[in-house]
Amino acid sequence: MVAMIEVRGLVKMFGNFTAIDNISFAVPEGEIRAFLGPNGAGKTTTIKILTTVLTPSSGWIRVAGRDPVREPAEVRRAFGIVFQDPSLDDELTAYENMELHGALYGVPRAQLRERATTLLGFVGLAERRRDYVKTFSGGMRRRLEIARALLHKPRILFLDEPTIGLDPQTRSLIWEFVRGLATEQSVTVFFTTHAMEEAERVADEITVIDHGRIIAEGTATSLKERTRSTSLEEAFIALTGRDVRAEEANPAERMRMLRRAWRGR
Amino acid sequence: MRAAAILWLRQLKRYARARARMVGSLGQPLLFLFALGFGFGPIFARAGHGNYLDFVVPGVISMGIIFTGVFGGIEIIFDRQFGFLKETLVAPVPRFVIVLGRTLGGATTALLQGLLVFIVSLIAGFHIHHPLEALLALPFMALIALLFSAIGTAIGSVLKDIQGFPLIMNFLVMPIFFFSNALFPTRGLPAPLKLVAQINPLSYGVAGIRDAFAGQASLGMVTDLAVLGALAALLLAIASYLFSRIEL
Repeated sequence: MVAMIEVRGLVKMFGNFTAIDNISFAVPEGEIRAFLGPNGAGKTTTIKILTTVLTPSSGWIRVAGRDPVREPAEVRRAFGIVFQDPSLDDELTAYENMELHGALYGVPRAQLRERATTLLGFVGLAERRRDYVKTFSGGMRRRLEIARALLHKPRILFLDEPTIGLDPQTRSLIWEFVRGLATEQSVTVFFTTHAMEEAERVADEITVIDHGRIIAEGTATSLKERTRSTSLEEAFIALTGRDVRAEEANPAERMRMLRRAWRGR
Repeated sequence: MRAAAILWLRQLKRYARARARMVGSLGQPLLFLFALGFGFGPIFARAGHGNYLDFVVPGVISMGIIFTGVFGGIEIIFDRQFGFLKETLVAPVPRFVIVLGRTLGGATTALLQGLLVFIVSLIAGFHIHHPLEALLALPFMALIALLFSAIGTAIGSVLKDIQGFPLIMNFLVMPIFFFSNALFPTRGLPAPLKLVAQINPLSYGVAGIRDAFAGQASLGMVTDLAVLGALAALLLAIASYLFSRIEL
């Protein structure tokens, strides 16, 4: 099996703080991998490094066979990402957001129109394509972000807590769609979530990270067996302990709070 | 280049759709135009300098341009806050191209804003010497727009949130505007003030616009354009360096 994501001895320091402490893992093509861990465990930092927006302190990384540090453009073409926070332009319409993405990724114009229309249809936004994103609900925005992430036919899809704050209908629609991508088009999916039942249901394999280290890896069944638990949630708590983690108030977190306050006016 | 073009278009769409902002940012230059233009008119004429309205309109046009230009650049902060910035940062496009598209977009909207102020000035009684010669004001307006849009982009790349915005406006943009030849002639100013006004890049732009409207076009304008162009290019380079250092 070809590994689409391969990491060996990855370390990321922020000053004296070790955010990622020598982790290694590999995700084969077409697999759905859940990347689980408590707040501040290093999930988002790892995704940022894999997606070229943060440089690692040390370690060997390959994403779609390329080095994110030395060949960022090639790596960026190979993946699509749905960030934890919104990343759409509210002042543009749904279709304009797709169009902009297509232009940034160099999708040929004719193909762009066709794919954008098809994908908007898949995520149930065909009717709303000419509406401004600012009129969309949280679930609609998420679906649009997923459609947009797939526009340039990525081989890897990163999803950072994609279902946070969504209703059960939207969540199950999103996961069904993602499953289909993996099984029918061999898209490799790498996602984080705090919803353990989602990870249990959707993921082929699970990697658990805590305090910047990988503490367990395997299928949901094997993790449950190993910890003698009846659910993945129990297994997760057995592995990572009961301590509630303090999430660092980094700039991104502050912005998130600010945005919530802004929206809530 | 398609990437730069779509980001340019985005800035234009956002500008055209935010009608309230367009009208709102006309307010300040118009206030200057009417309060100062008509208020100082009599004194200015008595001091033997001629028509103050005709003198100040180029300054007020450039005011509209620099404020819109800087604001357009600073919009990066909003993109950071509302998340869109990430979409451009993970795209397989060199950061320089992103900066170019954004800055040109910001500059275009600033130029449009300047033209809007110009049209209102004509209605208010501003006269131009010769319509064809007045066209020479356009490259000056465009370069002021580009320069200040690049300054805005550079600042927006460094500032993390909007709290720093008043600081930039009151300690950078306003002083650049006031300590130039935009509102008063530099002839006869106290030496330090005169020196500041003379090295202020905005002064070159305003002088060029003024000469073009007053029918005093000369070869010296080429030098002024070259200076402005070189500065705009330098600021664009600085902006793209600062933008390339943004980490999420």
